[in-house]
Amino acid sequence: MDFDFTPEEQAFRAEVREFLAENLPPRAERGRGFMGEWLKQVRNRRWVGFSWPEEYGGGAGSLTEQAILKEEMALAGAPPLGTSFMGLAWVGPGIIQYGTDEQKQRFIPDILDSKVNWCTGYSEPNHGSDLAAIQTKAERVGDHYRVNGQKIWTTGAPWADWIILLTRTEFEVERKHDGITCLLVPMDSPGIEVRPIENMAGDRNFAEVFFTDVQVPVENRLGEEGKGWAVTISALANERSSIGEVTQMFAKLESLKNLVRSTTRQGKPAADDPAVRRRIAEFEAKIAAMKYNGLRYLTKQLRGEPLSSETSVNKLHRASLEIEMDDFALELTGLAGVQLPGSEDAVDGGRWARSSLGWPGVVIGGGTPNIQRNIIAERILGLPKD
Amino acid sequence: MDFGFSEEQNLLREQVLRFMTEACPLSVVRTQNGALPRELWRQAADLGWLALIVPEAYGGVGLKWIDLAVVLEETGRGLSPLPIISQALAATAIGRSAGDGVKGEWLPRIAAGEAVFGVGLYDDPTWIDPQGIRLEGVRTLTGAKRYVSDATAATHFLLATRTDDELNLVIVDANHATLTAQPGIDRTKPFGTATLDGVAPLAAFPISADDLAFLTDCGAVAVTLEAIGAAEAVLELTTEYANNRIQFDNPIGKYQGVKHRLADMFVDIESFKSLAYYAAWAIDEAPDELPRAASLAKAYASDAFARIGIDGVGLHGAIGFTAEYDAQLYLKRSKWVRSAFGDADYHYQRAAAIGGL
Repeated sequence: MDFDFTPEEQAFRAEVREFLAENLPPRAERGRGFMGEWLKQVRNRRWVGFSWPEEYGGGAGSLTEQAILKEEMALAGAPPLGTSFMGLAWVGPGIIQYGTDEQKQRFIPDILDSKVNWCTGYSEPNHGSDLAAIQTKAERVGDHYRVNGQKIWTTGAPWADWIILLTRTEFEVERKHDGITCLLVPMDSPGIEVRPIENMAGDRNFAEVFFTDVQVPVENRLGEEGKGWAVTISALANERSSIGEVTQMFAKLESLKNLVRSTTRQGKPAADDPAVRRRIAEFEAKIAAMKYNGLRYLTKQLRGEPLSSETSVNKLHRASLEIEMDDFALELTGLAGVQLPGSEDAVDGGRWARSSLGWPGVVIGGGTPNIQRNIIAERILGLPKD
Repeated sequence: MDFGFSEEQNLLREQVLRFMTEACPLSVVRTQNGALPRELWRQAADLGWLALIVPEAYGGVGLKWIDLAVVLEETGRGLSPLPIISQALAATAIGRSAGDGVKGEWLPRIAAGEAVFGVGLYDDPTWIDPQGIRLEGVRTLTGAKRYVSDATAATHFLLATRTDDELNLVIVDANHATLTAQPGIDRTKPFGTATLDGVAPLAAFPISADDLAFLTDCGAVAVTLEAIGAAEAVLELTTEYANNRIQFDNPIGKYQGVKHRLADMFVDIESFKSLAYYAAWAIDEAPDELPRAASLAKAYASDAFARIGIDGVGLHGAIGFTAEYDAQLYLKRSKWVRSAFGDADYHYQRAAAIGGL
């Protein structure tokens, strides 16, 4: 057991730090041209798609280097390495694993260069947690699929260029996981209609997406017909270490401690209240647990041991922390805590009030906490399926 | 970067697991009455577990707390009654704070298991602080030391005392003290009150407040390491039951009220396991980080294992309540774990202070 890094890994960390010191101005000083320049720079260093093989333009970074890169980026408060989160997180890895050579050449460079934005068409009105039961229909007609159906809660759909779409090509199947086919579809295809949905924070990031006789060329199918479920599963498994997240959570905890230090309750410093102090320490214990869980799971991967569904452990911690830390900040600061940006009484510019309305994006997207519990109970503990 | 165990450590784990299965199953654990199980103790000594963290120069193996962690996790899994934690704390305290003479005399005897130690630090059961140490004196001792761990199994006691402006640790021959065994919930963790009437200790040495805190942290980490194995045993026992017990035509583990609680147990155990491994590593490799690491681990485990102990019994229904069924033994252990070397509130409050509040 040791927590040291090899000289090569230390050198890599130093390289990242040096780059950030030179190329990442403080948030307030980031001008209009910053983002374009930033994306070009990190792309040139092959840090975009850092885990992807070199032959597809990735950085071929080791697992440890990926963790270092994520940690340093998060520590510095750096912006994302690309404009298409989903393209980088699972569409690209899915295409690398299941795509044809032609698909790789066609899609991967644009993802790496932030030229296209992807969204993900999984959930349907009647099939969210029970994802494998999806009903959006794709019929083979000559060299096309004809798609009819509806997706919902499609984050990014209002501005996405492409959608990775889960459809059903077979309805008479023994297992609902069979007969699913994954298609890559341009969002400007005739027959697609996007209706944004306003969320409780007032944002319109997600949408309903309707498909009416949408024609998708067969060459846009990812993986085999009827085997789309495997594509989905392995693509989602591409989300690896939670180290970047943990760094962000520690930063948020520091902000919360600063809030405690500057807050009084009943005329007395909140920082002297044992109940307040205990809550802060409980958050710290959970975040530290996430950190060391992540390092244990990373070690397993480095040793070539298979990871089961252990990553659900940290997803559950993150879900509860996302909700509870904001909620604690609101409770701590009384009626000032519920003031939104724009109110002169807003706490920290309304940051906590605002994010207290934003957690479902993290907590529910990618599998609700109860789905994570099912995964742990069934896949790790071996309990019966529902 | 390698946050995992080595091949040697994995072999050690297998050895302990085999010992616990063959020599010290729960049927044997149930027969314990607080006295030292001599034959098991001899075997543990022969296997080198008592010598593990004693330096080679003093007849030990010269390994570290993270190696001992493996032993504690697996003995904890089977609720071993062996006083390995007390023995390890005696070795740690003497190795860190005593002079060469005391080390040369006592460490080899600890490593060989000839001297069996009970440890008594704080007289006040809810005050982990030098002020919680009340027994006075160092050359001759008169008074009582309460909450001496493994007291009924020990041949010797390591006790904390105070003199004018110093804290001391003294080694007392158990035969020189009058011991009153105190019945407790967990019979595998016996306590006693040692009454001393003009007793001259066999050895004495001053200990700094920092070293006392370090020793207490080692105790907190040790208890948490045992709790990992114990909590995993509860989860395994309860999962098996949930898979086999049929109600309303289904195994009860199919119902989310049951399966989600078991999943949450897994989340908690994984988490205090990670925190405890890091703390055990920090004892030898990063002692500056130990106070924070130990407090986060013990705080998390104290609450989580207490809940696991209760739910392990509760999810079994009435059979969990019976004396015959093993779940109750773990519930009893969890009550001891929660309070030993500081409960969740003590450690969370301490972690908040360390974290700058």
